[in-house]
Amino acid sequence: MGGLPAGKVELTEHDYAEWEWRVDALMVLLTGVKGGKRLMTVDELRKNIEALGPDAYDRMRYYERWVTSITQTMIQRGVITTEELGRKMAEIEQRDRSQV
Amino acid sequence: MKDSGNYQPYSYFQLMEVSLRELLVEKGIVTEAQVAATVEDMRARSPERGAKVVARAWVDGSFKKKLLENGTRACEELGLDVPALRLVVVENTASVHNMIVCTLCSCYPRMLLGLPPDWYKSRNYRSRAVREPRAVLAEFGLQLNQDTAIRVHDSTADMRYLVLPMRPAGTEGWSEERLASIVTRDCMIGVAVPEPN
Amino acid sequence: MIEARFKPGEPVRVRKAYPLGHIRTPFYVRGHGGVIERLCGTFGNPEELAQMRSGEPKQPLYRVRFLQSEVWPGYRGNPEDALEVEIFQHWLE
Repeated sequence: MGGLPAGKVELTEHDYAEWEWRVDALMVLLTGVKGGKRLMTVDELRKNIEALGPDAYDRMRYYERWVTSITQTMIQRGVITTEELGRKMAEIEQRDRSQV
Repeated sequence: MKDSGNYQPYSYFQLMEVSLRELLVEKGIVTEAQVAATVEDMRARSPERGAKVVARAWVDGSFKKKLLENGTRACEELGLDVPALRLVVVENTASVHNMIVCTLCSCYPRMLLGLPPDWYKSRNYRSRAVREPRAVLAEFGLQLNQDTAIRVHDSTADMRYLVLPMRPAGTEGWSEERLASIVTRDCMIGVAVPEPN
Repeated sequence: MIEARFKPGEPVRVRKAYPLGHIRTPFYVRGHGGVIERLCGTFGNPEELAQMRSGEPKQPLYRVRFLQSEVWPGYRGNPEDALEVEIFQHWLE
């Protein structure tokens, strides 16, 4: 996106939430850094973020794009399946609700 | 047990993170302990580490030479752990001011400086830094004189960049620690210059 | 491994092509001329790595310096203002 017209730079910073730190950590580990098992490359992360489409930059936050891309990559690589993911997400949501 | 008064259901993406992590743990690919340790490791990386490198280069001419030749090796010589980092250090002079951006995503020397600020990753910075660097610097409050050329570095591939700012006047005789204290993250990205306080 | 064809100081032009897939050559330099600033080394081809392939053979990666005035029409600033971008050899001619 270099050179495209854009607005003033907003000098915002935010403290990262715990889940965002964990997404970052997963990326470090899955690319084989810090003792992780190398299952993907940063190139796949980038490609899958690009695949989200240009409006992803408006719709989604940075680590939302990352977690989507990493998960998509794991499915593409056959590390997890769509079915496993669906079941797990439903399980977590149930577990989360029942803790209230 | 969560306090229901503060209860916030997981967002879709938070749900995805928890699910992905639990699946990877179940499959023996990562452990919770590894994830936690990696988070702490990243949290501990901060601009202070880069400031140390800059301060050393300011006081030690032969270290500076090494730093400009091979940024990674020079950092390692200072005892800094910088795994998977291929660092190129670019030097500000009276005639050249350097500025770093990644227009394609938001590459940043994370293993040295820690996580980048939101603005560095923003569409506006990434689009405009390459095309109108002076206007962007002005928004950061930095005015360069017209005789100074600006060099914008777009980290498009495997290298990561650090700006070695000029040592300001009025810092003669300062200790390395004191010198490091005026080198901010923004100086090492190239949107600010160090100021003696 | 692929041999490095270009030397520091040599003028080069970035190919003008717009294929599909993951590409690390920014749009704004395609078709433009610059000068080799240094050879960074040889690295796996990101276009291939992104497609879950090996990225071999490794390709020479260069830092290329472009004058801002050459890249952007109507650029206003110091005539020495420059852009330095890492470009893989197969995009240079």
